[in-house]
Amino acid sequence: MFETLTERFNHTFKQLAGRGRISEENVREAMKEVRRSLLEADVNLEVVGEFCDEVTREALGSEVLKSLQPEEQMVGIVHQKLVELMGPVDSHLMMVDPGPTVVMLCGLQGTGKTTTCGKLAAFLKKRGRRVLVAGADLQRPAAVEQLRQVVEDSVASAPGDGHVAFHGEPEKCAEYGQATGVAVGVCQRALARARSERFDVLILDTAGRLHVDEDLMNELGAIDRVVQPHQRFLVVDAMTGQDAVSSAREFNQRLAVDGIILSKFDSDTRGGAALSVKKVTGAPIKFVGTGERITALEEFHPERMAGRILGMGDVVSLVEKAHEEVEEAEAERLADKMAKGQLTLNDFTKQLRMMRRMGPLKQLMGMLPGVGGALKDLDVNDKQLDRLEGIVNSMTRREREDTGVLNKSRTKRVAQGAGVPTTEVNRLVKQFGAMQKMTKQMAGLGAMGKMKAMKQMQAAGAGAMGPGGGLPGMGGRGSTRTKSVKSGFKRRKRR
Amino acid sequence: MGLFRSTIDRVRRGLARTAGSLGGGLRSVLAGRSLDEDLIEEIEAMLIGADVGVEATAAIVDDLRADWKAGRISTGEEVLDHLKSSLKNRWEDVDRRIAVAPEAPTVILVVGVNGVGKTTSVAKIAHSLREEGRSVLLAAADTFRAGAVAQLSIWSERLGVSIVKGAQGSDPASVAYDAADAALARKVDVLLVDTAGRLHNQGDLMRQLVKIRDVIRKKIPGAPHEVLLVLDATSGQNGLVQARSFEEAVDITGVFLSKLDGTARGGIVVAIRDQLSVPVKLVGVGERPEDVEPFDPATFIDAIFE
Repeated sequence: MFETLTERFNHTFKQLAGRGRISEENVREAMKEVRRSLLEADVNLEVVGEFCDEVTREALGSEVLKSLQPEEQMVGIVHQKLVELMGPVDSHLMMVDPGPTVVMLCGLQGTGKTTTCGKLAAFLKKRGRRVLVAGADLQRPAAVEQLRQVVEDSVASAPGDGHVAFHGEPEKCAEYGQATGVAVGVCQRALARARSERFDVLILDTAGRLHVDEDLMNELGAIDRVVQPHQRFLVVDAMTGQDAVSSAREFNQRLAVDGIILSKFDSDTRGGAALSVKKVTGAPIKFVGTGERITALEEFHPERMAGRILGMGDVVSLVEKAHEEVEEAEAERLADKMAKGQLTLNDFTKQLRMMRRMGPLKQLMGMLPGVGGALKDLDVNDKQLDRLEGIVNSMTRREREDTGVLNKSRTKRVAQGAGVPTTEVNRLVKQFGAMQKMTKQMAGLGAMGKMKAMKQMQAAGAGAMGPGGGLPGMGGRGSTRTKSVKSGFKRRKRR
Repeated sequence: MGLFRSTIDRVRRGLARTAGSLGGGLRSVLAGRSLDEDLIEEIEAMLIGADVGVEATAAIVDDLRADWKAGRISTGEEVLDHLKSSLKNRWEDVDRRIAVAPEAPTVILVVGVNGVGKTTSVAKIAHSLREEGRSVLLAAADTFRAGAVAQLSIWSERLGVSIVKGAQGSDPASVAYDAADAALARKVDVLLVDTAGRLHNQGDLMRQLVKIRDVIRKKIPGAPHEVLLVLDATSGQNGLVQARSFEEAVDITGVFLSKLDGTARGGIVVAIRDQLSVPVKLVGVGERPEDVEPFDPATFIDAIFE
């Protein structure tokens, strides 16, 4: 699943090794792999076709044919083209003066419109705006109530000195299809209130609807005519498949969509829908939703998205994920200890736990470039990590601080406690020692050195506290380092 | 056991749009043509366009090509029959009925990622069970999402089904426990547990789901008898990843394919069938509580290709 395009290209170009030149035919062959990769990432078939034609044209006219490392150049071209198509970054919210600026969110059912309304309100609150959020979804039971709570959350827990208020008429909700059209009035009253109470922004949460539901699409059209929103945003689930194109096209034809918000981006989807939707609507991808928290709305980064679509890993997101989970003070303390080679088993398991909060190991490793392919045949087993934790938990505090005290009888006790043979305890101790040494060495290395060291470690088998077991330390290490460098900088400034 | 009525016409109607885009296309493409590589390529494109996925599509197409090379098929019309039967074969002999516990209550746990339509699906299942004359208890174990408990409460009123709910933000496992308790005490036939949407890659939330399952099992041995993964028909290849993750965590027993009334074709279920052998049991074809049907592969495939 995480096999990267680079690896596939390697395969395609391998037979050419030594000959040093690639032909037009080879480029075409490589494009087959691009096509497959994009389709697996859920980019729409038509969009894939057009994209591949463009890239082929470009690749043929470029230096690829003379290049010594054609696969890397091909990936470069494909990546660059994807970035171009999905960019540029534009998370600007157009504001009208005098206000209120009206922002309308629409989309299919379950894409996350209501949650996104709350996040947008929080986003604007941080920028000091006065925001009114109105619930115009009278179809889904309790949608208005949900929005009220989401708004409450943005009032209570989102930072900033703006102001967020809620407008809802829950009594107008009715069984599906029976309140169609009523939402138009709700939006009109919300607009009147936003004007009289001098709000800067009015956000309209509309009902989720199928693009083929004539009645509800007409309702959306009526809201659009009557309220005349300044910004119409289409909320799209990042996990959507081929059909993303037909719904986006229809919404765009009816509403002239001004921007896309890609939701559920914190899933592990390759997210090809982003490219499809951008291509058929031409509207910029404004934001991505990255979590359940009210502040989890971020700028869209085409480079990261391109990497994800191509299955090239998304290191930046991984580091960010780590930041979320690892508490700063703790991370700094660990980084210090690691650099001094004083990492204990206690720290290690603590880090392991933090790491595992981020998700199953295999998936996390899939986010690392290059690891994906190597993982294919490797059984990264979370159960092995459970055993590991079991062993450490069976140790006394002193043993965890210093594995050196583990004599024969202590080892036997630990093994019995964890329900494993003593050899397994010994292996853990030995491997941990190797890792400890390695982390100390690595503290002084740059990124490339680290990669090399990691490879050596894996080759030496030291990485295998259970397969890949050395990596949790590494992964945590990468993130802690970023943190400590940053905060170190801050400290210096303060002094 | 006819827990659900099979109204083929209704599924057809629900799938009419689905069929309109793919099947109509295929039929017109195939008419009066003989099989060649170009045609195979077109068929391949259609399957991929239906979210069947690159791998499963390759398997189907290879199969087709082999039969063509062996001289078993040659005309466009034969291709259609071949595709139908090859897809149907993937689904033969699977029990797609909703499990019933030997001793009441039967517990059905409904899980899935955010926004796939779990709560609506729960309402639909409850409605069908009520139509069958079974007593149903709902458990609102989505204590996380704003308004989720209120949403299910409204359904319970509309359907005339009782409900056990916890406070927003309370432990969903304790709601499940109370609901299991109540189901036993009130001697209901079926307990339907609605859970919070969770992305399958969020370890903590998946472990919470395991806890919910285990708590129910502790109270009612053998439960849950059915763990239904609600899958959005519009989902792409990530649907397979979802199914695999939920399968690993809580051993799903079936898929509820929701939102099949749009233009999405839900082809991802073919890949899920190929790789996980978890059967699709029910399909959602609209917003109303009665818009649910048992999944019938023959009908599904016919509708796709006709």
